[in-house]
Amino acid sequence: MTPRRKRLFAILGILAGVGIATAVALKAFDNNLQYFYDPSEVASGKAPSDKAIRVGGMVTKGSVARAPGSLEISFVITDFAKNVTVKYNGVLPDLFREGQGIIAHGQLKDGVFVADEVLAKHDEKYMPPEVAKSLKKQAPAPAPEGRT
Amino acid sequence: MATWTWFHKLSSPPHFYRIAGKMIPWYAIPAALLIVAGIYGGLVAAPADYQQGEAFRIIYVHAPSAWLSLMCYTTMAVAAAVGLIWRIKLAHALAAATAPIGASFALLCLVTGSLWGRPMWGTWWVWDGRLTSQLILFFLYLGYMALRSAYDDLQRADRASAVLALVGVVNVPIIHFSVYWWNSLHQGSTVIRKDGPAMPPSMLVPLLMCFAGFTLLYAALACVRVRAEVLNRERNATWLKELSPS
Repeated sequence: MTPRRKRLFAILGILAGVGIATAVALKAFDNNLQYFYDPSEVASGKAPSDKAIRVGGMVTKGSVARAPGSLEISFVITDFAKNVTVKYNGVLPDLFREGQGIIAHGQLKDGVFVADEVLAKHDEKYMPPEVAKSLKKQAPAPAPEGRT
Repeated sequence: MATWTWFHKLSSPPHFYRIAGKMIPWYAIPAALLIVAGIYGGLVAAPADYQQGEAFRIIYVHAPSAWLSLMCYTTMAVAAAVGLIWRIKLAHALAAATAPIGASFALLCLVTGSLWGRPMWGTWWVWDGRLTSQLILFFLYLGYMALRSAYDDLQRADRASAVLALVGVVNVPIIHFSVYWWNSLHQGSTVIRKDGPAMPPSMLVPLLMCFAGFTLLYAALACVRVRAEVLNRERNATWLKELSPS
């Protein structure tokens, strides 16, 4: 084996080793690398209820209820399999609306998720307002968006 | 091995120095035209987004910067491997010249993303998979540059930093796939998608122009910077003395 070939194999070896080590490490920390749980994981008890977590899903149409004269709001988020009711008292991001993907940070209390922070999750789709309007006319239900 | 002669010729510093000098305007001029046209198309001509309004226009700087930061790191790692295996000094020079360019675009990507995140997501920063791995990429660039400058001996700097560049390359696919492997706040890719780009042509064409323009800008900057690297490395060589009468 020429020294050049030896160096080539040494480098391929390093890359393979680092790659495998990284893959194993990422696999082991998979749960910690998830930024949020989805409603199905909450319903099945996979999400811890004794500490603060994040739950993400789409705001169900018609579920947003505001308490008059305050910032209190409650709404239901869904992953189209299970639902979680969220209660929140604070400022919402501009993109918050029904049908929008959101991520809430907070804790489960008696089956209701009490949030202290709500972030909007934007999807990867872009379009001019006129196109969105005409799309809405043709098909009232927007394409489901949530866990990608 | 006649097919490799062009490669060996290109790896000779005087030859590369001349070719790179000639190539600069061929990269720089189309880069300038594409970036000006793309930025105008994106910031002025393209329609506003139906949800994000005008704020979506940051994508015309953010996404090409993100692409360049990944492309620069891959270039660096491949050059480092070529330098280590074939002992080609010019490959190490290319890797060293690429690092600050990649670092600049990684930072630009992080800053523009943060500016967009505040109004859209409701936060400047979160520790999700995409944002964290991109921050690690920025730190890898800084580490690479710091490691190089820690050695006085160029050859040792080349070899040590090349190993770091190679080890860090595992982060590149992690950044790209982070939004698909894990739940994240950052959205998936708009352009590289199974069902084709999720953007109408009026928005997409300027974006693609920015992608091409930024890439050519990298090529022009790399030519300038590799030439400077070659000048520094070959400062005592006779071919350089013959080149400049002073």
